[in-house]
Amino acid sequence: MDTDRSALTRGWRIAAAIVPAAFVALFFAFPMAAILERGLSSEGGISLPAGTAELLWFTTWQATASTVLTLAAGLPLAWVIGRFRFRGRSLARALVLVPFVLPTVVVATAFLELLPAGYERGIWAILAAHVFFNVAVVTRIVGGAWATIDPASAEAAAVLGAGRIRRAREVTLPQLAPALSAAAALTFLFTFTSFGVILILGGPGRATLETEIYNRAARQFDLQAAAALSLLQLGAVAVVLVVAALLEARAGAAHTLTDEGNVLRRPTRGEWLAVGTVLTVAAFVFVLPLAVLLRRSLGNWGALFTETPALLVEPWQAAVFSVAFASLAALIALVVGGLAAMTLARRPAGAVDGFVLLPLGASAVMLGFGFLIAFDTAPLDFRSSWWLVPVAQSLVAAPFVVRIVAPALRSIDPRLREVAATLGAAPSRAWREVELPLAGRAFAVAAGFAFAIALGEFGATVFVARAEQPTLPVAIFRFLGRPGTENQGLAAALAVVLAGIVVCAALAAERVADGREPSL
Amino acid sequence: MRLRHELGVPLALLVVVIGALGAGCGGSDDGRSNDNEEVVLVTHDSFAIPKQVKNAFERESGLKLRILQGGDAGEAVNRALLTNGNPQGDVLFGIDNNLLSRALDEELFEPYEATGLDRVDSRFLLDPTHRVTPIDHGDVCLNIDRKWFASRRIAPPKSLDDLTKPRYRKLLVVENPATSTPGLAFMLATVARFGENGWQPYWRGLRANGVLVVDGWEEAYTARFSGAGGSKGTRPIVVSYATSPAAEVIFAAKPGAAAPTAVVDDSCFRQIELAGVLAGAKNVAGAHALIDFMLRERFQVSVADSMFVLPVRTGTPLPDAFRRYAVSPQRPLELPAAEIGRNRDRWIDEWTQTVLR
Amino acid sequence: MPVLTVRDARVTLGGHHALAGVDLDVEHGTVIAVLGPSGSGKSTLLRAIAGLQRLDEGSISLGGRSLAGVPPHRRGIGLMFQDDALFPHRNVGANVSFGLRMQGAAPPAAAARVAELLDLVGLGGRENRRVASLSGGERKRVALARALAPSPQVLLLDEPLGALDRALHDQIVTTLTELFAEIRQTAVYVTHDVAEAFALGTQVAVMREGVIVQVATPERLWAAPADAWVAGFIGLANIDERGGRSFVTRPEGVVFRPDASGDAVVISAHRDGPVVTLRARYDDGREIVSAHTGLVPPTPGVRVAVAIDRGAVVEVPTTTCRTDSPRTDDAVDGHKRPTRVTG
Repeated sequence: MDTDRSALTRGWRIAAAIVPAAFVALFFAFPMAAILERGLSSEGGISLPAGTAELLWFTTWQATASTVLTLAAGLPLAWVIGRFRFRGRSLARALVLVPFVLPTVVVATAFLELLPAGYERGIWAILAAHVFFNVAVVTRIVGGAWATIDPASAEAAAVLGAGRIRRAREVTLPQLAPALSAAAALTFLFTFTSFGVILILGGPGRATLETEIYNRAARQFDLQAAAALSLLQLGAVAVVLVVAALLEARAGAAHTLTDEGNVLRRPTRGEWLAVGTVLTVAAFVFVLPLAVLLRRSLGNWGALFTETPALLVEPWQAAVFSVAFASLAALIALVVGGLAAMTLARRPAGAVDGFVLLPLGASAVMLGFGFLIAFDTAPLDFRSSWWLVPVAQSLVAAPFVVRIVAPALRSIDPRLREVAATLGAAPSRAWREVELPLAGRAFAVAAGFAFAIALGEFGATVFVARAEQPTLPVAIFRFLGRPGTENQGLAAALAVVLAGIVVCAALAAERVADGREPSL
Repeated sequence: MRLRHELGVPLALLVVVIGALGAGCGGSDDGRSNDNEEVVLVTHDSFAIPKQVKNAFERESGLKLRILQGGDAGEAVNRALLTNGNPQGDVLFGIDNNLLSRALDEELFEPYEATGLDRVDSRFLLDPTHRVTPIDHGDVCLNIDRKWFASRRIAPPKSLDDLTKPRYRKLLVVENPATSTPGLAFMLATVARFGENGWQPYWRGLRANGVLVVDGWEEAYTARFSGAGGSKGTRPIVVSYATSPAAEVIFAAKPGAAAPTAVVDDSCFRQIELAGVLAGAKNVAGAHALIDFMLRERFQVSVADSMFVLPVRTGTPLPDAFRRYAVSPQRPLELPAAEIGRNRDRWIDEWTQTVLR
Repeated sequence: MPVLTVRDARVTLGGHHALAGVDLDVEHGTVIAVLGPSGSGKSTLLRAIAGLQRLDEGSISLGGRSLAGVPPHRRGIGLMFQDDALFPHRNVGANVSFGLRMQGAAPPAAAARVAELLDLVGLGGRENRRVASLSGGERKRVALARALAPSPQVLLLDEPLGALDRALHDQIVTTLTELFAEIRQTAVYVTHDVAEAFALGTQVAVMREGVIVQVATPERLWAAPADAWVAGFIGLANIDERGGRSFVTRPEGVVFRPDASGDAVVISAHRDGPVVTLRARYDDGREIVSAHTGLVPPTPGVRVAVAIDRGAVVEVPTTTCRTDSPRTDDAVDGHKRPTRVTG
């Protein structure tokens, strides 16, 4: 009997493939199909509205520019966090996630105050905000991968006479290529489908595919145009994803995954300068908007515990709901995404991996609409159920989990599994003892991301959330929409709470990932 | 047996996942099975009701009130249109006169003549067949920052026409009618005021005079308007609500005596907020009870503080700040709901061409 | 009765016959060295025995029990790879105890066995060392200890010493030989290095193109190789074909005596430890190789007389023609043109 790549028994293999597929089919494909059908069967069919070409052009080039800038900004930080051990590293890693989770409305308001006059709206503001939000993606994914690459090959190159830059270009960069493509693909996806940033910082008249879909569907109720544009967006995203996946497959040969503890080192004296500069700049950039929010929130902290007509519960309870929903969503995402990753890892990286991200490329408003009309009759009449909130959030988080965990699983030396088998470990045991710990860091990173995304999710939640169980973004949005400094301050306070929760969660995930190295 | 063991764990996982989902499926969570104990209100983000008032309704009617909130008025109505015939709830609150025509055309509501309509001023009764019931009103008007004008000794604008004058150059911030309800109302005000042929030249004039367009009320009012408490905005004229000055007084960081902002009376556009029983509602009796309750004084008294709107029930006592500073013009600008329904999209496109491109 | 029996094992990988009918018996307590050039199927054979490769045809049985359908983790067969494959996320002790844990051993018993094994391989007391801090030799020993810990019935070693320096290599070969003898471990040791196979193996099985062509003790193999190819592969020089028959003259039976009237001239001398390999060319152009162990070997350029012990000449079957194109046996350093041997 020979073993296949992943040493899974048939039972696991079947579950690993069926569960995620069924989940996506029921909660994504079915509602999307429903709403698209509704739109496309109206008069006009699949004809696109006028001005679509300009829309597509603007959407694409702003996403490309954002991706390039984000990679450039994120790489130094990924280098620092991925190679070096220093005090406060865990905190730095956690802080980087904060912009990712803050609702765009809050960040945009903070940016409006910070950006120099004349630049608060327009393309520069959009790019700045995109970089701010998405540096987390590059830093965590690339940094995470960097920390597990065996430095042996770079050292070998150094011995052979390759200088720093040469080494970086010819050894490190190819080794990082899979992680870089993954980070670039995700960033492009996020910026391509970016919504809040364009809406608020783009200025009036500035529109991307996503905002236009939203306008047509939610405001004008022109479902036909919205559906046609949605198809276009899905198609464009699919193309991008397939291209990215193929690039990544070509670039990524399995390199030996080694334990992070074997790779991190303290910076040399010369390196401290570089490390210090990067950290300082990053701290400045990340902390400044938070500081603005903090200042705004002063004096309103007491109001967190008082009743207010804007919310049916006291504001602090929104935090509880948020954490509960996000935890559940992260769990669902880890299970569904983990199973999908296990299935995908059995094959070398290919185009299929790209499609995993497709749900992220669908418009949240169309999906929300889809929920409303697809889940309205028995036996699928759960559009008002409370658990649809974490499900909707997990739909956005699960693709992340897959994209982070699958490459890690693939990188595991197949010999290790074989050795474990000869030492008496049944396949599921071998998975638990060998692959899971080695991929453990990836799971921890994925868990952190999943939680952060679920916590900050707003687009789909809006459709299924109930007023008695508001999440933090919903509550923040509500307070922002009411006049008076008190309400604005309360919104800022809740935003600070949201940021705080994310940092704590990320730190906890770090702790779990580091608590390894068992003895006998 | 080996086979059983190896299938056991993944199977168990499958069962757990499905079970967790199924547990949420059944039961009263979906709000469908306990029709007689629950009434569901579908509304927009700006809806607010104090807890005591909500409890009062639940006590009196014996029904639990569940609220589904999301988006602004337009979005809430569109969601209702999307699920027309099999609605998410029983009552839709938050449709206004600008959005009415389409809803009526699509037969979104079931008629209901609420008790308490006799105490509602006739100018609010838009539908003689009672498919919708007025609940509150809050006109959209220009707000000005009194301190700003006083400190510069400039007379604030008194009407729409003033805004194109050089004296008020680069002082106005408005919202995009495609993305904002008050923005839409303001655009309709200009159509009502200057007519089909005159409103576009007017806007060209505004554009030449440096009008700032933003996407939403939040940004316009809290970030751009200089008169909003805690705002760093630099523009002293904004499109907002007739009740905004009162709100400023109530939420001022330092409770002051006079309102820092004021309304330009001539610029107000009528905005009536209505409620209706959704066609296909599961709990029609509960819907009736809810609408009746919303016309009663208990509820009408709360709308000012909660939602910054004015009640429609005559004789409802108002909070002090509202009494002094909120404005309810007798003859605001208005357009027939049907006309709005017919032309709104075209007007928005033309506005976009004139002002943004 | 042999502990491990392989009968007519056949595996085809990608159209190529990796194993083309292998028969092998391994007796208890013996070490069989499977010797062959790259591509001969040695690793495939090991993987098949371990259960990591499915057999297309044939059977493998362990202790009389057929292994058909038995997954690798139930075979009780240990495996040691060339690149160690130590678990990077666990320390030395955890690596070694892995198999014991899979067997369900209680922690104290496991700890005792780990300590015992680490002592056995010369790494006593190093349970808490991180894998990354080990030297190459230490890694080998840990891998060995790990493979031995669960007391496998048979231990398979897949070219484990490929990457080591000479001194370390020899040291570990000695360690292994002594160890296997001491604990009477049954082992199958795959290598392409002839010296290694001869040093470790109680028996040597020579493998070529998916079949085993000869199984014998090192002495027997050297004295009577199965055919000319085997002779060439194991390093016997002086292979000569005469009239359809092949003759091998063992270099240790050829003596060069400096003689100004001799009929050959030494053309090269290579020292390999205590033995010097001398090559001389006859005046008529033929060449002959001698293994010299004296203190003063003749140097190149010296004219010598060649004396050949009759007992050193062995007739071997001529290599049967194989259908594949001739392989480059890169492990063979003695593949020379057949030489005329004078009687």
